[in-house]
Amino acid sequence: MSEQQFYHALKVDKDKCFGCTHCMNVCPTDAIRIRDGVASIRKNWCVDCGECMKACPVDAFYVEQDDFEKIFNFKYRVAILPSVFIGQFSKSIKECEIIDILKGLGFTHVVPAEATVDVINESMLEELESDREKPMISAFCPSIVRLIQVRFPGLVNNIIPIKPPIDSTALYYRQLLLEEGKDFDDIGIFYVTPCASKIATVKSPVGDDSSNVDGVINMDFLYNKVFHVLNNRSESADNCDYTVPYLSPKGLNWSLTDGEASHMKGRCLAIDEIHNVISFLEKVENDEIINVDFLELRACDQSCAGGVLLTENRFLTVERIKNRADRINASGKYVQNISAAHKQTIKDKSDVGKIEPRSMMVLDEDMGMALKKMERVRRMMCYLPGIDCGACGAPSCESLAKDIVRKEAHLSNCVFLQRMMEKTKKLDPQHSIRIIEKSWGKDRLDKDCKKKGAKNDSF
Amino acid sequence: MEFNYEVEGGNFTKAGNAASNVKKVLKQLNVDPKIIKRIVVALYEGEVNVVAHAYKGNVLVDIDTDRIYIKIQDEGPGIPDIDLAMQVGYSTASAMVREMGFGAGMGLPNMKRNADTIDITSKVGEGTIVELTTKLTS
Repeated sequence: MSEQQFYHALKVDKDKCFGCTHCMNVCPTDAIRIRDGVASIRKNWCVDCGECMKACPVDAFYVEQDDFEKIFNFKYRVAILPSVFIGQFSKSIKECEIIDILKGLGFTHVVPAEATVDVINESMLEELESDREKPMISAFCPSIVRLIQVRFPGLVNNIIPIKPPIDSTALYYRQLLLEEGKDFDDIGIFYVTPCASKIATVKSPVGDDSSNVDGVINMDFLYNKVFHVLNNRSESADNCDYTVPYLSPKGLNWSLTDGEASHMKGRCLAIDEIHNVISFLEKVENDEIINVDFLELRACDQSCAGGVLLTENRFLTVERIKNRADRINASGKYVQNISAAHKQTIKDKSDVGKIEPRSMMVLDEDMGMALKKMERVRRMMCYLPGIDCGACGAPSCESLAKDIVRKEAHLSNCVFLQRMMEKTKKLDPQHSIRIIEKSWGKDRLDKDCKKKGAKNDSF
Repeated sequence: MEFNYEVEGGNFTKAGNAASNVKKVLKQLNVDPKIIKRIVVALYEGEVNVVAHAYKGNVLVDIDTDRIYIKIQDEGPGIPDIDLAMQVGYSTASAMVREMGFGAGMGLPNMKRNADTIDITSKVGEGTIVELTTKLTS
């Protein structure tokens, strides 16, 4: 299992990255090391939370997306649009205006990603009655599912194995178009993603092996396109009208914090931001949290409104979505219109399959070997300075020690131990420089006035 | 491999530190999560007992490939009647401790249920020693 590689949409642009350790220090799973002067991500450790991308001072991280032109390979081009996209626009811009612009850009259909939340919610409530271990945890946020797999393997059985609405919505709309007599190969379904982890699930779902989505477009890319059209249109263009509201109030709020928890039964808690989630899961694992039925856990602060690919401020986005939801609620216009047969199809295909634990914490599969390795780590910790400076290319002294027992680093990677070795003539100063260059790249310590914060900084 | 943790009487914010650390260690040693959970729950209860009842205490953990041995030793009031203390629901916790959500009389019974073996020795007015042993493989 640990040998398997997982698709990650987060990539490092090696030309932009200058190896500053910001990403390495914020990574909640210790998945980043600096090698040859640039950040490298350990694929099996990464949970796609995007913290590295948020922390990067030079935008060296990017989220790989499909070429927008790919949509024109299909006759029917469906955009699956999360509500947070709409939430970025001020209330003076109507939903139908945004949809019209998206259609102008080439989509034939624009459908809300949360269109199927009522069905998903029903399935989740049914599952809550099952004898699964409590607290049950939503599978909504793919980063959280991956986090549990790698760091809390004992809690995988608490996850409710029901797909988030995006997958079901893609399935449902493809079904609708097929029923209209459209050819399967003519239908292209594109997901507009607010984050890196959603892409990763679309490209390699956790349990299930296939995806209903043909391509992924980054939300910031599309936001810029829509914003550009809005800014350059003539005054009279604003003449679209609502027939039915674009989305239910529940659907609009679903991806925000408390969007799910407020529609579940029993004692429900909603926790956002990955470090908050980690400290809470530690307690769940120790059985310190009792009598909680349901946990909504999201990797980003303010949930999807804080997604790494959103352009607008997350607090404004939350406020705007809530206001839109309130207005639709007050109008009483929204009607749920998924037929009973479609509901059944959605429910039948909403199971994510088996979510396997794949702990990235084990030092060795063999317990005897693991014990020996841990003893070595503890011995090395007697010598390492405990400063956690990151100058060895690992996030802390302890992670360096663990890298050493995994044969991925050497004690001499520590700059302080280098000095001690030089002092006792165990290490030649020239060799010491070569070691540093291996972590930080050649000529890294030479004068460079173009680096961030320096005299000729151009960032 | 030995680990040592100090436990401060009366400080509930730090109760569970030893349990969290031991959990981290056992995860790295590839111990079955179900076994880890039993060990951590028992140790956490033990820590809470020291914090709730004693003045100070010490947790010694010894791990080898087949078992974990945990010795929780405290300086405190001691337990006058161990059989009574082992009964579910029996508690001598103060009103303040109960207000904090502890003191339900589940501590020792929970430890007994989660460990393979439990040994308790206590001297009134001096302190208590609880020893827990659990196999690391099922």
